[in-house]
Amino acid sequence: MEVQQFYYDNKVVKKFIYATLLWGIVGFSVGLLLAFMFLFPNITDGISWLSFGRIRPLHTNAVIFAFVGNAIFAGVYYSLQRLLKTRMASDFLSNFNFWGWQLIIVAAAITLPLGYTTSKEYAELEWPIDIAIALVWVAFGVNMIWTILKRRQRHLYVAVWFYLGTFVTVAVLHIFNSLELPVGFLKSYSVYAGVQDALVQWWYGHNAVAFFLTTPFLGLMYYFVPKAANRPVYSYRLSIVHFWSLIFIYIWAGPHHLLYSALPDWAQNLGVAFSVMLIAPSWGGMINGLLTLRGAWDKVRTDPVLKFMVVAITGYGMATFEGPMLSLKNVNAIAHFSDWVIAHVHVGALAWNGFLTFGMLYWLIPRMFKTKLFSRALANFHFWIGTLGIIMYALPMYVAGFVQALMWKEFNAEGKLAYTFLDTVKEIIPMYWMRAIGGSLFILGAIVMLYNVVMTVRSGSKVEDELAEAPALTKVPKKRLRGEGYHTWLERKPVKLTIYATIAILIGGIVQIIPTLLVDSNIPTISSVKPYTPLELEGRDIYIREGCVGCHSQMIRPFRSEVDRYGEYSKAGEYVYDHPFLWGSKRTGPDLLRVGGKYNDSWHFNHMYDPQSTSSGSIMPAYQWLIRNKHDMSDTESKMKAMVSLGVPYTEDDIKNARASMDQQAKTIADNLLQVEAIQKSFEEEQKELGSEFVPLKEREIIALIAYLQRLGTDIKVVDVKDQLSKKE
Amino acid sequence: MLKFVKSHLETITGIEIYPLISLVIFFTFFVALFWWVFTAKKEYINTVSRIPLDEQVKL
Repeated sequence: MEVQQFYYDNKVVKKFIYATLLWGIVGFSVGLLLAFMFLFPNITDGISWLSFGRIRPLHTNAVIFAFVGNAIFAGVYYSLQRLLKTRMASDFLSNFNFWGWQLIIVAAAITLPLGYTTSKEYAELEWPIDIAIALVWVAFGVNMIWTILKRRQRHLYVAVWFYLGTFVTVAVLHIFNSLELPVGFLKSYSVYAGVQDALVQWWYGHNAVAFFLTTPFLGLMYYFVPKAANRPVYSYRLSIVHFWSLIFIYIWAGPHHLLYSALPDWAQNLGVAFSVMLIAPSWGGMINGLLTLRGAWDKVRTDPVLKFMVVAITGYGMATFEGPMLSLKNVNAIAHFSDWVIAHVHVGALAWNGFLTFGMLYWLIPRMFKTKLFSRALANFHFWIGTLGIIMYALPMYVAGFVQALMWKEFNAEGKLAYTFLDTVKEIIPMYWMRAIGGSLFILGAIVMLYNVVMTVRSGSKVEDELAEAPALTKVPKKRLRGEGYHTWLERKPVKLTIYATIAILIGGIVQIIPTLLVDSNIPTISSVKPYTPLELEGRDIYIREGCVGCHSQMIRPFRSEVDRYGEYSKAGEYVYDHPFLWGSKRTGPDLLRVGGKYNDSWHFNHMYDPQSTSSGSIMPAYQWLIRNKHDMSDTESKMKAMVSLGVPYTEDDIKNARASMDQQAKTIADNLLQVEAIQKSFEEEQKELGSEFVPLKEREIIALIAYLQRLGTDIKVVDVKDQLSKKE
Repeated sequence: MLKFVKSHLETITGIEIYPLISLVIFFTFFVALFWWVFTAKKEYINTVSRIPLDEQVKL
């Protein structure tokens, strides 16, 4: 048989490794800045592009798509070539993948702090960037499948299936969740509204965790753990079951993010059932990974690569045990909206994704640069300080989560809520301190790794494409050979394998989403719910721009403690005009669904100017630029027209009279505010100072935001119920 | 159990059959999956699982 010579492309792997290191440190550092904002809310006072709401999505996107994303590409480009005994099919596509991805990251790093966001978690980037992501992702997929078709290794190793599953599913998720109607260069509205938007978003959000943070990393685990331990995976049969059952079940679990919400019960229950089932394939995979080290545990004592991998797989096991538990309705009632969820995701991100990446890098880099690791002692130091960092991060956040949940739900002997929301915030500040220290330790470890890597690279030789040889594949019939099992046959048919994987993931999405989109009885309409006025619509866009949804939910669950604190629980029909939905997933501050009418206009004005003046001990940052900025309302009509095409019943008259209506509503609010002596005085002074450049109060952004906040939840405010219930806060 | 599904989706005729269909799909899927896995030849499984380690696996 003819043996062919070819070169593995190592240079693209090197580039992705460098990008992983760079964006890792950036993403962790933004996270640390956010952690300190819980302690010093006004640390970036007055700098709008460094405000909490805007850089929280920067942190999540940087860690998920920049750090983990580049790590995936580095690992996939390295292992795929070697598993298939061929060079990547197209150097152009490899480089297009690399540079395109970095460009997208830079675009995200610029647009998110400037407030260009769709507000949908992990899908915040606006439509032009969404299109770029789709293009780059398809280039990655085409390059991968093309490489598979050119392979010299007949059978596709299980890691390759995980890569294929990742490619197709992320493509499907990204496209369907990003369906949005542009109203400007960097502004769009989700085509779905309210409950439907929430369902599609969490079908996406949950599966971004499943198919971006999990399946590609499982592929990497199935390649790099055997490599590092120098023995084959514990059970290849188990890995087959792991793959198919994981992708088949994972896709259904999204609704567990919406338990007790206004989502129809049947969809919630479906999400719970599948989430509980998920524990089986997840733990099967974890056990498979850990038992790969059978007979090699002595190496774990000395080899930092294996240490990182063991903690990574353990973290995967912990997070995937916790996930199904959190999906049970009784546990979710406690954990949801609290810091427990923050602990949960960081066990996943810091341990599973972080440590597997670190282990992979410590294994890869010496091999790429044909040298030894500069310092094993420093790698061990990184391991210990990183592990300590994870524990210091996660434990206090679990405690904080329980404290919040218990205090939120506590009633005193008179049957009234025992604590205000602010009481609960003040109580967990020590936990936020410990979390910030834990995060600092984790970053310290990453910086030590960076130094270790730089020194290793400097002592090594230049990265060159690696010569390899393998015989070409002989032709075999397309049909099954005599005695060949079905799955064995399928493993050499990459296109069929990909199609079946796609079918497996589509079933879950279709069953959950289509009925919610099509069957009217799932979203009962409420006749008193009307579309937002033009000014409220503009105010809502400011709410979206500032990322308020990062800390404030708009979803009151049907619990006595919540109805008592926030008002009548949420109904699906209240959200029918919400493109996008703004239910939120975390209550760092209180729920805002029924904040309308709770305070007067000047309270909101003062609260935005100096939150601590109205709410002593609050950790909300100030939003003074909203009071200074002139409100750009040049797009109002086109925004309303976009809403009309999405099904919001604005009439032509509504759109024609938008200016007059906005002016009138703004004037009422501005007049209310100017009745307050202090406000009136400061604006008069400003007018004297600025002369003709002075912007009247009614033309400023704060007015629209107040209009929106005062509207929230008022459509069905049940006065009687509110009066009957005790009032606290 | 069926009443939960039915009350929300009763606008679709014959909705009662859906849970049965899903059960059948899942049951078949996992039975087939385990069938494949357990009937795969040991020798083959061993070779395939060595692909990452051995640079020259022949199949």
